[in-house]
Amino acid sequence: MSDSKQTRHGLDPEVTEKLQQQTSELVDSVNSGDFARAMTVINELSEVRDQSLYREVGRLTRSLHEAIRNFQIDPRNAEQQEALSKMSDASDRLAYVVQMTGQAANRTMDLVEESMPVAHAMRDEAQALSVEWKKLRRREMEPAEFRELYGRIDTFFGTLSEESDSLYNNLSEILLAQDFQDLTGQVIQKVTALVKEVEENLLGLVVMASHVDQLTGTVHQIEEREESAEKGVGPQIKANEREDVVSGQDGVDDLLSSLGF
Amino acid sequence: MKILIVDDFSTMRRIIKNLLRDLGFTNTDEADDGNTALPMLRSGKYDFLVTDWNMPGMSGFDLLKAVRADENLKNLPVLMVTAEAKRDQIVAAAQAGVNGYVVKPFTAAVLKEKIEKIFERIQ
Repeated sequence: MSDSKQTRHGLDPEVTEKLQQQTSELVDSVNSGDFARAMTVINELSEVRDQSLYREVGRLTRSLHEAIRNFQIDPRNAEQQEALSKMSDASDRLAYVVQMTGQAANRTMDLVEESMPVAHAMRDEAQALSVEWKKLRRREMEPAEFRELYGRIDTFFGTLSEESDSLYNNLSEILLAQDFQDLTGQVIQKVTALVKEVEENLLGLVVMASHVDQLTGTVHQIEEREESAEKGVGPQIKANEREDVVSGQDGVDDLLSSLGF
Repeated sequence: MKILIVDDFSTMRRIIKNLLRDLGFTNTDEADDGNTALPMLRSGKYDFLVTDWNMPGMSGFDLLKAVRADENLKNLPVLMVTAEAKRDQIVAAAQAGVNGYVVKPFTAAVLKEKIEKIFERIQ
């Protein structure tokens, strides 16, 4: 029997050897009419099968323990009990990212919403003053009107420097509100590393489980689950490299106009 | 002009609300998915619907289909503002009767252009 075949059946070389030996003994005993011996050999054969199955299950159990230890979710470990697992820690970390980004977005929008009316008011007053100023330059202004304009310009200069300060402060606070990027970036990198680690360990488990399946001849029927386009699949990553995805608004517009919309 | 903004993220609703206000549309309401939006649309006399696609509960695509299937709402202009960028999805939305499709991330200029285009066609 070739090496590749042995791997495919997941059998140890010694088991294969024993099977070959027993099979020829079975043939010999049947040919020589020693049926009592043949029955014993058949029993031994099934024993070999059972034993190699037990051995594989044992190996799987050990590997499973190893994998669980790698996940660090062994609740017997007192230190781990408190944090329970890296996994629940990871979801806490991601929740933190959602919270931080949400806070930053809201803080930024608060400041923008606060600043916009200030900018508008400054523009409106400047426009109104400019109209009056032009009137003055055309010498169409009454002395009383001029006195009013004089006072209004004075006030405007005062509010202008005050409101510019408040706009400047809001802008620098908006700048500071972006500091989440540094923190969330670090957190996401850690979670990504954990996901990679878990993926590797899971792959190991899948390989182990498939050994047992091969040995016992179990076939699983696994339904393919596709993302539901109707429900929505969220943002597309690497859109530029994909044919079935548009890479931006221009792509959407081109597609729709090509369809006559 | 009364507008309903439907998105499951309050940040995105707020951004759209601000952009619409800049365009002169100050009368806006918000809903966080299709299930909340549909009863509002049925009772609220809205003139325009801006919706996301991917939301828990009822998706924006299902909301669009429900709107088109409703005798009183079937002519309501619908603008989809979504991260969904698959060609099949865009075609499906167009076939379901969407009036405009803006893919996230988007700019204020794009939103303005699409909204103006929709109103041009209606008038």
